[in-house]
Amino acid sequence: MPTFNLKINKKSHTVETDMDTPLLWVLRDQIDLVGTKFGCGIGQCGACTVHVNGTAMRSCLLQVSQAEGMGITTIEGLSENGDHPVQEAWKEVDVPQCGYCQAGQIMTASAFLNNNPTPNDSEIRNAMHGNICRCAAYNSIEEAVKVASKKLS
Amino acid sequence: MTPSKQITFSRRSFLKSSVLASGGMIIGFNLFNACKADVEPPVDISQLNFNDFNAFIKISDEGKVTIFSPNPEIGQGVKTSMPMLIAEELDVAWEDVYVQQGVLDNKNYQRQVAGGSQSIRHGWLPLRQTGATAKQMLINAAAAKWGVDASECSAKQGVITNATGETLGYGDVVKEAASLEVPEDVKLKDPKDFTIIGKGKGNVDIDKIITGKPLFGLDYKEEGMQYASVLRPPAFGQKLESFDDTATKGVSGVTDVIRFGDKIAVLANTTWAAMKGKNALKANWEQDSEAENTAFHDEKLFEILDSKELKTLRSDGNVEDAFANADEVLERTYESPFLPHNCMEPMNFFANVTADKIHLVGPIQTPAGTAKRVARMLERDESDISLEMTRMGGGFGRRLYGDFAMEAAEISNLAKQPIKVVFSREDDMSAGIYRPATKYRFKAAIKNGALTGYQMRQASINGNMWGAMASFFPAGAVSNYKIDVGNYRSNITTGAWRAPYTNFLASAEQSFFDEVAEALGIDRIQLHMDLLDNAKRNTDANIDYSPERLQGVIKLAVEKSNWGKTNEGVYQGFSVYYCHNTHVAEIADIRLDNGNPVVEKVTVAVDCGVVVNPLGALNQIKGGVLDGIGHSMYSDFSFKDGTPQSNNFDSYQLIRMGQTPKVDVHFVESDMDPTGLGEPTLPPVGAAVANAIYKATGKRLYKQPYMSNMPLEKVIG
Ligand code: FES
Ligand code: FES
Repeated sequence: MPTFNLKINKKSHTVETDMDTPLLWVLRDQIDLVGTKFGCGIGQCGACTVHVNGTAMRSCLLQVSQAEGMGITTIEGLSENGDHPVQEAWKEVDVPQCGYCQAGQIMTASAFLNNNPTPNDSEIRNAMHGNICRCAAYNSIEEAVKVASKKLS
Repeated sequence: MTPSKQITFSRRSFLKSSVLASGGMIIGFNLFNACKADVEPPVDISQLNFNDFNAFIKISDEGKVTIFSPNPEIGQGVKTSMPMLIAEELDVAWEDVYVQQGVLDNKNYQRQVAGGSQSIRHGWLPLRQTGATAKQMLINAAAAKWGVDASECSAKQGVITNATGETLGYGDVVKEAASLEVPEDVKLKDPKDFTIIGKGKGNVDIDKIITGKPLFGLDYKEEGMQYASVLRPPAFGQKLESFDDTATKGVSGVTDVIRFGDKIAVLANTTWAAMKGKNALKANWEQDSEAENTAFHDEKLFEILDSKELKTLRSDGNVEDAFANADEVLERTYESPFLPHNCMEPMNFFANVTADKIHLVGPIQTPAGTAKRVARMLERDESDISLEMTRMGGGFGRRLYGDFAMEAAEISNLAKQPIKVVFSREDDMSAGIYRPATKYRFKAAIKNGALTGYQMRQASINGNMWGAMASFFPAGAVSNYKIDVGNYRSNITTGAWRAPYTNFLASAEQSFFDEVAEALGIDRIQLHMDLLDNAKRNTDANIDYSPERLQGVIKLAVEKSNWGKTNEGVYQGFSVYYCHNTHVAEIADIRLDNGNPVVEKVTVAVDCGVVVNPLGALNQIKGGVLDGIGHSMYSDFSFKDGTPQSNNFDSYQLIRMGQTPKVDVHFVESDMDPTGLGEPTLPPVGAAVANAIYKATGKRLYKQPYMSNMPLEKVIG
């Protein structure tokens, strides 16, 4: 099997796997970073969102071979101590219900706010529309993005 | 309303304490049954045995409190709200309380099922009594130390004070307290003195969730574990004839292929390899029973609605006479599809079956029942089994069924190694235990401007609503009243789905009442208030709701929503319902955007007794409302030749942020015992939306999901 060198959360990892393996499963099964979640495997739910060179991407659609050489950040690496403004906002608002989708929500929100720190309501709703929350914690997610935006600006 | 049963416990029999070898005290307690006479809590914290006790409270030398509880968490916040009850009566600062999920090895744990919104209702008294008893033991220990009477001492925030103002911390007396006799009669706090209950407390797992720590079943791993992806019959009614796994065995990472029954498990060292291997299987299936279509189900359910041979769940007066003598009879039929649960975390379970023990780990709402079934299936002793519950990425009823745990155990038993079954989303949606498709037919008799008769018929798949639901509103409010049910036995697996039966019944019924009010020519709210007055007067009727509390939520919702006084272009729809012991009224505000309805706001009035954790309560209420809107408007599911026609989120729609309104929640102030919130806000909302859409468009909606079944011209605008 081929090997790949990945840069994840500022650390290098070498993994041996088929080249079509989605980054999602490499993270979860081979590097033990299970914070990135599996929800659909087809790019529809956003549970698997990570940052690739700062851009939010679906790790279930990104093959490991395409991820080589990119700077990948997962929920575990978003901040040293879990104190990224988005994480703090999530805590303040007490967003999670079951919590399963929340890593993906946080990764989407943090990449979005990085590009647009002071979004209006409809920009927030558009940006978060791709992330499904089956518990429907949407009101709280929306509010937390606003709280995070205040912290960032 | 049925009075809530007061169960009295003997303190001594349900709670026991020990001194911990490492310092501090441990209290083991049982919520719903007495402790066995010969058991004692362990002296070593690593030895907690949930066979003997439901949960443990440890109080350290520093006065810190840790609660070890195996209660499953599925997003209902019980892991936060139940410890709040203990901490309140124990009188410690919430900051000093830690909650740790216990490892499960428990066959005595009675309320293990996290479902039915009942956890908080059942735990309300016993958990508070446990906290109060522990506090009294600490006070008694301090009093003995001081040589004073315990009645002269009080405790607050972890500190005991005597008459002369001397103080001792809980930690200072734990050792002595642990060996004291358990007091019998402890006093519970007056609700007005609560300092924790009623104050919002955040999710206890929040730090782990926001930093991506392993918490869920899918995150669980063990050394040497293989991942298992399972190929199941693609259609209900089919069984496995033969298969070819040549291609599968060529997939790198695949270690084994195992047939069990009509299923084939592919084992591999990564999830991806297992899934890839499964997709490479070539299987031949044969038809074993009926290949059912949605049109076939419709036909069967309509036959039931038309049939004369339904089972009567309740009959008051004489509806036939009422219809015969009516000035007008209104009859309407409402339809809903099957629905998959689609928990965000797909079904999964770990099993390690060896000659001397069986270890099961994963997200499950029914650990005790599942352990029993695994034991029976593998012909093993139940005492061989230990089952650990992880956090669950959603339940909604799906995780009441242990099918995935049984699969894991069976595969591990055959493979003779630790494995974890992982469902793909496609597996999860097509090997479902669905909400059954259901149709309701309502009939109202109107005479001299009054509702004189009411009949409801339910036609469902594989089962019917239970009897108590026949005593929900409008039972007792209409003198001639009848509820009939019937079902068609299908080979499609069905089961509980968040708020079983009521999830659609409320929508149908509350849409129908909108038409009844219209036919009567009276205001919708007035009709309900009048009918509830009837129910109040009818004191002999056996009803399972409180007319007073329903009127309370109606008034509150009307007041908070500005009912009837909205801006131009905003249309309101009303709905009120009682289920799962909670009374809820909802008013939806909608607007038309190019002819398409957009729900802008939902005002919710809830009477759930004391609100234990307002933060958690709001989360559940809002989630229930948005979930209800999503499934009544967007989520469609059908079968063709026994095969589900949607199997992932590209062909099945769940509500997304852009489709969500603001949910504005108001609680009826109450000091009555708390009732559940996981389910009761979902059922009524579909009707609130449908009734608002009617006001906006003049079209009644009879079939869910509304957006697929809207009269075409309105969808186009
Ligand atoms: S798992 Fe990647 S988008 Fe759903
Ligand atoms: S919190 Fe459960 S899926 Fe979002």
